[in-house]
Amino acid sequence: MPTELENIKAEVKDLNFYYGDVKALKGVNLKIPEKKVISLIGPSGCGKTTLLRCFNRMHDFYTNHSHTGEIILNPEGVNILDRKIDPIEVRMRISMVFQKPNPFPKTIFENVAYGLRVRGVTKRSVLLERVEKALTVSALWNEVKDRLDQQAFNLSGGQQQRLCIARALAIDPEIVLFDEPTSALDPIATARIEELVSELKKEVSILIVTHNMQQAGRISDYTGFMYMGELVEFGDTDKIFTNPKEKLTEDYISGHFG
Amino acid sequence: MFKLTDHQSSNSKKMRLKSSRGFSARIYEKIIEYVLFLAALASVFVTLGIAYVLISESIPFFKVVSIIDFITDKQWTPLFADAHFGIRPLLAGTFVTTAIALIVAIPVGSVIAIYLSEYAHPRAREILKPILELLSAIPTVVYGYFALLFVSPLLQKIFVNMTGFNMLSAGIVMGIMIIPYVSSLSEDAMRAVPMHMREGSFAMGATRLQTSVNVVVPAAFSGISAAYILAVSRAIGETMIVAIAAGMQPNFTLNPTEPASTITAYIVQVSLGDLPHGSIGYQTIFAAGLTLLLFTFALNIAGHFLKKKFGERY
Repeated sequence: MPTELENIKAEVKDLNFYYGDVKALKGVNLKIPEKKVISLIGPSGCGKTTLLRCFNRMHDFYTNHSHTGEIILNPEGVNILDRKIDPIEVRMRISMVFQKPNPFPKTIFENVAYGLRVRGVTKRSVLLERVEKALTVSALWNEVKDRLDQQAFNLSGGQQQRLCIARALAIDPEIVLFDEPTSALDPIATARIEELVSELKKEVSILIVTHNMQQAGRISDYTGFMYMGELVEFGDTDKIFTNPKEKLTEDYISGHFG
Repeated sequence: MFKLTDHQSSNSKKMRLKSSRGFSARIYEKIIEYVLFLAALASVFVTLGIAYVLISESIPFFKVVSIIDFITDKQWTPLFADAHFGIRPLLAGTFVTTAIALIVAIPVGSVIAIYLSEYAHPRAREILKPILELLSAIPTVVYGYFALLFVSPLLQKIFVNMTGFNMLSAGIVMGIMIIPYVSSLSEDAMRAVPMHMREGSFAMGATRLQTSVNVVVPAAFSGISAAYILAVSRAIGETMIVAIAAGMQPNFTLNPTEPASTITAYIVQVSLGDLPHGSIGYQTIFAAGLTLLLFTFALNIAGHFLKKKFGERY
């Protein structure tokens, strides 16, 4: 478990989530330490993506769901699931990278600048500086610096995903959510993204959902195993993979099901 | 050994059976293919036939009237003693009524499309969309006298000196008529934009409006431009509303408060009259029709290239 010495960036408290009558999350409690990588693993339908999408209120766009419990975002200690909290405020601080690269039908530059533009930044010099920084951090700058005005769709799948990461970073988020960011990519592109995630934790807290257990083992400091809507076990990645406390976790990790 | 031959023979029997069934199935497939091909070909032949009639009937016309006069003359008075055959008054009428219709239909239709696709609750959309599409089910003749007997008098309160027949009311009502063409097709194009694209924008903290305008509309642009092109074609080709409400006098003006005739309205006027076959007055409608066809053809080609250039990008 995260030690008391670490700063806790966010904390999930007794979170239950329902799609209609179906209970998708059952009493989840989870602490997200600052500037660490936390992986959520588990078989399909275990609720890991549902949990991830609670962090930036992505469920708000769909009907017929409800929840009880809280996600507290520090340092203010606000419950970001509170209806009174504007979801846009939440998304201004917690950004997300999706499963499939989803660049916008715009130029490379405008894709990365998008988050700044929706925040009302119009000064060209500021945009340029932030875009360059985000692209540098996401290890794409050298590949695209001469063609920032080209359409983002011309990039390869792996480049598109790094562009989406740059887009998510350009707004200086406090937490970045990754929803299976490499499942649509080839092994080389995957390796670059993994490298990138390990670099990023110097700056932000990272919560990553992955189907790939090796990936969780490689990149995360803490791992949570979810099954049927419950967070079965959560702890140091090394411990989870070498010496899990729960039988269920061990069975999943050793490939008995899932 | 015995077993093997048995196996082989049963296998070859199966093969033969299969291939004979495959043969008749292939014939059947071929027949279906030709029938479908003929159906597709029929529409091509009809188009070619129309083009042929228009061109062959226009040739005698252009033997009498030079193309230069046709394009440059500022008067269209083919039925007068002092006959002039300048298409420009009719083109001006067509242009003005179409422009007014688009000024009405494109903004309103686009806003409706954004609302239906990005904002409306599914239940609201289910109710609103069919009602909206009813607009295009109203007979155009009804729109025509709606323009003449309702919209014109209303507009005359603003433009006091305007005549009852005018291009403005015809154009506005034509715009109302083509709103559903714009909104319905644009909405289909916008709804086809995958959800993960919108989510990407929302996740960056964008509002619904920012997402609609900056992400969904550009992504759906090829479909939206197709909707606009269809609206233009529809407006150019619309006949009844302009014939009833715009007045049928060819009038070389861009002033929408004046009456004027369009290409389509002129064709109606002459087709209804008792001009003898083969007379120059009769042939004018083919020349006018050919002009119309050329314009809509050019628009379709433009639409095709737009679609190619801005193909779905997601």
